[in-house]
Amino acid sequence: MTDALAPVEEALAESAARRGRGGSTLRYVAGKLGGALASLFLVVVLGFLLFRVIPGDPVLSMTRGRPVTADQQAELRARLGVDRPLLQQFLDYLGRLARGDLGTSYVYSRPVGELIAERLGPTLLLVGTSTIIAVILGLWLGIKGAWRRGSRFDRVSTGVSLTLWSMPTFWLGLLLMIATGNLFPSGGIRYPDTPPDFLSQALDTAHHMVLPCLTFVAVIYAQYLLVMRSSLLEEMNADYLTTARAKGLRDDLVRRRHAVPNALLPTVTLVFLHLGLVVSGAITVETVFSWPGLGLLTYEALQGPDLPLLQGIFIVLTGSVVAMNVIADLLYRVLDPRVRAA
Amino acid sequence: MTTTQNPPSTPPRTATALVWARRRAAAARVWRQFATDRGGVAGLVVLGVIVLLAVLAPALTDQTGLDVTRAPGAPWQAPSGEFWLGTDHTGRSVLLLTWWGAQVSLLVGLAATLLSVGIGTVVGVCAAHFGGWVSSVLLRVTDFFLVLPSLVLALVLSTVLPQGLGTIILAIGVTSWPSTARLVRAQTLTVEARPYIERSRALGGGHGHVIGKHVLPAVLPLVFVNTTLTVASAIIAESTLSFLGLGDPTRVSWGSMLHSASLHGAVSKGAWWYLLPPGLGIVVVVLAFTLCGRALETVLNPRLAHSAGER
Repeated sequence: MTDALAPVEEALAESAARRGRGGSTLRYVAGKLGGALASLFLVVVLGFLLFRVIPGDPVLSMTRGRPVTADQQAELRARLGVDRPLLQQFLDYLGRLARGDLGTSYVYSRPVGELIAERLGPTLLLVGTSTIIAVILGLWLGIKGAWRRGSRFDRVSTGVSLTLWSMPTFWLGLLLMIATGNLFPSGGIRYPDTPPDFLSQALDTAHHMVLPCLTFVAVIYAQYLLVMRSSLLEEMNADYLTTARAKGLRDDLVRRRHAVPNALLPTVTLVFLHLGLVVSGAITVETVFSWPGLGLLTYEALQGPDLPLLQGIFIVLTGSVVAMNVIADLLYRVLDPRVRAA
Repeated sequence: MTTTQNPPSTPPRTATALVWARRRAAAARVWRQFATDRGGVAGLVVLGVIVLLAVLAPALTDQTGLDVTRAPGAPWQAPSGEFWLGTDHTGRSVLLLTWWGAQVSLLVGLAATLLSVGIGTVVGVCAAHFGGWVSSVLLRVTDFFLVLPSLVLALVLSTVLPQGLGTIILAIGVTSWPSTARLVRAQTLTVEARPYIERSRALGGGHGHVIGKHVLPAVLPLVFVNTTLTVASAIIAESTLSFLGLGDPTRVSWGSMLHSASLHGAVSKGAWWYLLPPGLGIVVVVLAFTLCGRALETVLNPRLAHSAGER
């Protein structure tokens, strides 16, 4: 949602540039992995800066408005380790992260790592299902639109997707909720009184997932549509398509076998580059529909604010987005023979 | 410099006058091309009307209606002759709230965009101009922030900093600049590859001269296009942050209206009149900015210029 459409063409040009960059596979992979490690380290440093350096003294904000003596404050500081020099604190923080310890939530009084692990499943279910639907829908509409560029179908579908793209995700969710009335549950993942067998549980979950999934798809499919459309438009005048037609291939075979596979490549990169948008979508959609995943956990962490919890979520979310992008870069090399040959 | 043969219109007498005459002609050309794009013109008109209404809100409406303690109506009233868009959970007019909300939403959107485009332009120009380690460090940082989920970073920033409009502007501004930086860098690289830059350097032009006199004027049209497109996303980001409860609690914005609507159960009460107006405001403004931006892009973006007819 945050990035407008300008980066689409920018990224297409970028992926073309990546294609041209040669070098041996080993060096490429090593370079990418090194870059990824540096990025992950930056995420960790950013996590420290944002939560330890900017907010100032956490003890002052924790004890604000309570009768606490200076001695008690000093003891609390010693217990949290914030009375030590910043460098020492940073090293402590690194050590704990290396052991997989993300701290303890103020509100839940439980380890942050445990809370995040608990909420991961529902988020993956919702985000995964919606992304798959959105990618398929977006690519299909994008291909149809580009193939019949300027037709009524193309104009209507581009217009509709741009309008949906301009909508705040949460607003669309609220409207859908109000429009469907009691047709779908208004929140949560399952009713508490559903029988425990697998089938009824799955059906109930699916019933709860209809609206969040619909909202999610409506807002994010536009990016896949627009990328696929402009990427296919770039291929439209290529000579190999003329050759394919001259061979006597049917129109939809030319499209399916020749044009689309080539146009898909930059799209794959962009799908991963825009994962940040999917994460923002998850936060707002889960908040609106009380879907018990990481997004809702983020919203809960904002309310306190529960800083250790928010810090853990920040590191996990940004870290996984960075990791996914590296995977995309490596995948690109496998998918595009032109890169491998270079 | 005096002209030997006088053109029919007022003859430019000095170098500066000549430059300005050229700029005026270029601006007129851009405007004529822009005016042929119906979507862009429609967007511009809509924006003009909304901005005018937002600026004139204090003159045309009574601000006391925003005060919860002096709410004029009963809570949760459906639209009627007295309250055209109904009332909210405290009995304030939704029409009045939406009208005043436009101010904050537009202000935050524009200010955050200025900040974001400013950072992006500086980073982009520096990354392309200086080369060497400066460039590679800036490029690394840009790529890092480009991949980072910007909403998550903005959420964290607005949580750890004191709540208020300034924080929201800062949080959106410092998280949305990377795409501008990439765009500006690419454009700066193509400009700096041209011979007139080399000539300028050979004549003794320093970094400041080359950037200020040659690079910036060539890059700014593109930056301007990017600005209109960035405003759209900044307004959505503002509404998202306010919806999550991170906005300025003392000011009404479209996002904060939706926040209190959902907090006080507008959905279960079926109060569609409380949800529709602020959201429609966002959609209309964002669409208008996007339409303007895309129209400007076809006129000003050199990369699209050759294929402008096709798109």
